[in-house]
Amino acid sequence: MPMHRRALLVALMACAATALRPAYASDKVNVVATFSILADFVRNVGGDRVEVTALVGPGADAHVYTPSPSDAKKIAAAKLVVVNGLGLEGWLPRLVKSSGGTATTLVASSGITPLRPGGGHHAEADPHAWQSVANAKIYVGNIRDALMTADPDGAATYRSNAEQYLARLDALDREVREAVAQIPPERRKVISSHEAFGYFAAAYGIAFVAPQGVSTESEPSARDLATIIRQIRKENIPAVFLENISDPRLVERIAAETGARIGGTLYSDSLTGEKGDAPTYIDMVRHNIRAVSSALKS
Amino acid sequence: MLYDVLISPFTEFEFMRRALAGIIALALGGAPIGVFLMLRRMSLVGDAMAHAILPGAAIGFLISGLNLFAMTFGGLIAGFAVAILSGIVARTTELKEDASLATFYLVSLALGVTIVSMRGTNIDLLHVLFGNILALDDQTLLVIAFNATITLLVMAVIYRPLVIECVDPVFLRTVSRSGAPTHLVFLALVVVNLVNGFHALGTLLAVGLMILPAGIARFWSRDISGMIAIAVASAMVSGYAGLVLSFQTKVPSGPAIILVAALLYVFSVLFGNVSGLVRQLFPGRHLEA
Repeated sequence: MPMHRRALLVALMACAATALRPAYASDKVNVVATFSILADFVRNVGGDRVEVTALVGPGADAHVYTPSPSDAKKIAAAKLVVVNGLGLEGWLPRLVKSSGGTATTLVASSGITPLRPGGGHHAEADPHAWQSVANAKIYVGNIRDALMTADPDGAATYRSNAEQYLARLDALDREVREAVAQIPPERRKVISSHEAFGYFAAAYGIAFVAPQGVSTESEPSARDLATIIRQIRKENIPAVFLENISDPRLVERIAAETGARIGGTLYSDSLTGEKGDAPTYIDMVRHNIRAVSSALKS
Repeated sequence: MLYDVLISPFTEFEFMRRALAGIIALALGGAPIGVFLMLRRMSLVGDAMAHAILPGAAIGFLISGLNLFAMTFGGLIAGFAVAILSGIVARTTELKEDASLATFYLVSLALGVTIVSMRGTNIDLLHVLFGNILALDDQTLLVIAFNATITLLVMAVIYRPLVIECVDPVFLRTVSRSGAPTHLVFLALVVVNLVNGFHALGTLLAVGLMILPAGIARFWSRDISGMIAIAVASAMVSGYAGLVLSFQTKVPSGPAIILVAALLYVFSVLFGNVSGLVRQLFPGRHLEA
């Protein structure tokens, strides 16, 4: 693990440097990221020079998050707050203000071209831009620049960390494209209740068709089921990713009746814990593309 | 047009055919049981037993997820345990059967909720409480059909003592000692049919397909075989109409079936042959002198 050894070396050097400089109070830059994926980016760029906290931890949903007083405390202590933007964290600006801290706020998605599924310029943007690896690279670049401004001493570290990480993201992007290339073009569509894969779909050419008429997680009626089945048959969709339907037996029924394959879990808004399928961003994308391509293979 | 509404859902979708087959099997097994429950004034016992099944199904669910056999088996064991324990207490102490049954089923229910919430989420619990008639796979259908068959066969064997015990238990005691075993076998059948029903309708509504048709039948016939026939028929009609209702509107299927049965029940209460309200207000002319 050359990466780790290198990080360790950097850390040791940083420690040595701090030891020599007595007045230096904290040896790490405090960064708060709003959710786990952003925190993963920051961790990869910042390495051991930064201490990252995610307000919305692994497995939790940033859409429905409500901030707690301890979050305000974390923000007050932070030097940099990294947010996704595009309307994902409507609650954040007030929190930053009310925390009374001095943190600069970085909108990590600035510079990407937002998708507006509603159509038109004023429609609301889809915030899940990180689902395209090309966008993730823009995120990483933004984070690198912000860290270099916040902590000029570590500029060289950040630059080299970011360079390495961007190279890994490039490899990931190629990996995804290769996986998609192996799926016959007419099979590149799934039915999914996920709303988060707009950017993924646009970048890699896999259509995510939303099921019609399934609005709730409660018990669906015979009509709901019939609508989905008709839709899958009509549009000839080879795979279903319907985790929102709470009853797995129903999804099996849909698959049996349409011949569609049942896809696994897709992770969209948050990473899993250490032991889950997607502890890092790269793992997450890899997991998703594997789930999609194994469901779509002919 | 009528074809589109009433028939084409079943020709177009396999899940509708499976649901219909399941509901017919449930009606065949459950409705006769419901008639005897009603005649023996044990209608609420069915409800109590339905709750008593929960912990067994929950344990099965915790051990192996939504596994058909684990949940069926667990439910059967829990149901039998409650039935037998409350029977023993009722026969050996001063406490009457209804009170001891109530005690045991409440304990059982509390255990069930505790077990489910220890590991599962609310959604998991909902699977147990509300089964799904739209998601009957081959296994579930076979189990339902098997249980219905067993129920009908056993009913045929114990029919005579069961009827006598409903009508005149004291008389049965003087001529035969089959009273207690018959009672136990009958309780076992109740449990089997509740477990059967909970795959399709969930523990809460499983009992509905037993009791409501029996209530309906009571208003149309005076003899037991007539009641059983009417109960089975009205259970099937409610099942079919409920499925169509759920297909044409957005009502969830399980509740839709029970609601249709409830409509039939209200109609029967008003217009039933036997002691229906309208009949009582306007007695038939032929009864007058």
